Amino acid sequence: MKHRTFFWFFLPTATAMLLFIAFPIVSVAIQSVYAPHEQVIVEVENCTPFGCTRSSAIDQEATRALREAQPLGRFVGLEIYLNRGHLAVKELGELWRAAPDLGSFLSRALNLPFYGALAFTLTYTALVTPLSILLGFVIALAVNALPRALRGPTIFFSLLPMIVTPLIGGLILFWMVDSRGVLGAFIQYLAGDPTLSVKASTPLMWTMLTVYGIWSSAPFAFVVYYAGLQTVPQDTLESAMIDGATRWHRIRYVLLPHLMPLTTFMALIKLMDNFRVFEPIISFQAAAHAQSLSYFIYQDLGGETRLLSSAAATSVLTILGIVVLLSPVLVRTWRNFGKA
Amino acid sequence: MSSVAHRRPLALRIALSGFLIAWLILAAFPFLWTLWGSFKVEGDFFSRADWRNAVFGTLTLAETGAPFTAQGYWGAWVKEAFWRAALNSAIVVVCVVCISLTFGTLGGYALSRSPYRYAFWLLLVALVFRAMPPVTLVSGYLLPFFEWNLWGHLPTAIIVLVAINQPFTLWMLTSFFRNIPKDLDESAMVDGCSRFQAFRHVIIPVMWPGVITTGLFSFLLAYNDFAVTAMLLSKENQTMVPKIASFLGTTQTAGNVMFAVASVVSVTAPLFVLVMFFQRQIVSGLTAGAVKG
Repeated sequence: MKHRTFFWFFLPTATAMLLFIAFPIVSVAIQSVYAPHEQVIVEVENCTPFGCTRSSAIDQEATRALREAQPLGRFVGLEIYLNRGHLAVKELGELWRAAPDLGSFLSRALNLPFYGALAFTLTYTALVTPLSILLGFVIALAVNALPRALRGPTIFFSLLPMIVTPLIGGLILFWMVDSRGVLGAFIQYLAGDPTLSVKASTPLMWTMLTVYGIWSSAPFAFVVYYAGLQTVPQDTLESAMIDGATRWHRIRYVLLPHLMPLTTFMALIKLMDNFRVFEPIISFQAAAHAQSLSYFIYQDLGGETRLLSSAAATSVLTILGIVVLLSPVLVRTWRNFGKA
Repeated sequence: MSSVAHRRPLALRIALSGFLIAWLILAAFPFLWTLWGSFKVEGDFFSRADWRNAVFGTLTLAETGAPFTAQGYWGAWVKEAFWRAALNSAIVVVCVVCISLTFGTLGGYALSRSPYRYAFWLLLVALVFRAMPPVTLVSGYLLPFFEWNLWGHLPTAIIVLVAINQPFTLWMLTSFFRNIPKDLDESAMVDGCSRFQAFRHVIIPVMWPGVITTGLFSFLLAYNDFAVTAMLLSKENQTMVPKIASFLGTTQTAGNVMFAVASVVSVTAPLFVLVMFFQRQIVSGLTAGAVKG
């Protein structure tokens, strides 16, 4: 295809992506080094027969004029990145000097909002990605063993947790494990503790969010593996059996190598998706116990005062995190492409 | 798989079926439970005293005189004007699907037919864009949108969703167009068609299976979105998912959690129907990228 024709065909999608994906990334980066204007303070002298007092007042007019003239705010450099809400360099230094050992330093550092959110996001990603792929693999093996007539309905029900809106899937589970819900009551009964509540306990909340994550992303792994299992070469399987391979051997030495490329692909997609975990935290009302980076940004943006600069700084840090996460793939593609 | 050698031992078969039944209960039960409970009053849905209340609707019977009630649905759809959110959702979803498929087919076709290196790099850039969490992008939109008075309107959310949708659409359609033999459009061009005419008369008639599959996923993305619609739409333009989230904030005090439950069921119902009719396309779409590597 000629460059010219390519250009015209590609123009609409390129414009959309430039304007609404590339440009916001730049805009976020710029926003993150500006802070909102402080209010303009004027000194007012009040003179009464008993003498004069000076007091300071907010000059609403001037403040508004300044904000309208420079909507971005005032340039502050990296200050927002380093403040308490983000990288908290100063606080970390103090903690480091005050902490008796590494463990207590870490546990205190995790109380800083940004590090807490980062810790949850990473834990969630590291747990949900492998576990959901594993669960999906076992489901795929089990469905593959079913008679053909039963496979359709099984696949239908298995797809549901993935297809349904994340916020809604989270809500449905949350209502069930709520201390007044059916599963919540059952958990209380099991633990023999009638006051036990997911909403009140950090470890339980983290567990529930992870369970939700696995529940909602296992179907994807299942479907991909199930399709992969249909393409396994039967000859190889049969010759392995003739050579005396047991069932486990066949899984280990024939199926798994065949499914390996699928696994890398899926791990990549799931890493990207799990890293931006967001909706379940809203549906589980988990903000008191677990915050993710995305939720952190959302919280800054919402509410009465929109903290644009703070949200922008977190966004830039999140984007950096994604680049780090994706870098192995990017480097590998770069190398492969160099070879070809 | 029917030969004797492939037959599984009984113990393994029992274990596999047991596991599968457990998984199916895990996957389907929450939905059925919520659907059943949405026709009860709050005291039954959250039946702390006795879980059997939720099944038989003891309190519902006592409060309304019937074992089922549509109070939740009435409250959500009529009193809280959920129909307006549903209408907004319909507008957003239809527009997003149409526009992103139009852009996507053009771009995906170009990428699949270009022999040059930049096509590959463009796909890689799209992959990086695909990894961006929508909420980070939203924080980049807010200030310009406020400044230019674009905030709060449906078209703004639509075009933003289209853009966020593009990387995925491009990937899927490119891999789909690669499977349509090049000879098809090239022979049309030998016969004197321009590139666009070849696309119009030769490719468009045969591309529908791939476009429908991709369209399903665009639909899901637009329908399920929360981050963009919650932050970019004003209250009267809200779509269904942010509307449900707003129920959660206000209704705890009013004792109207059932509004949220009813609207959750209403939002899930179309998805059920969708999976029922398009199961094959969804499965093939999910695996298309994966199986071919």
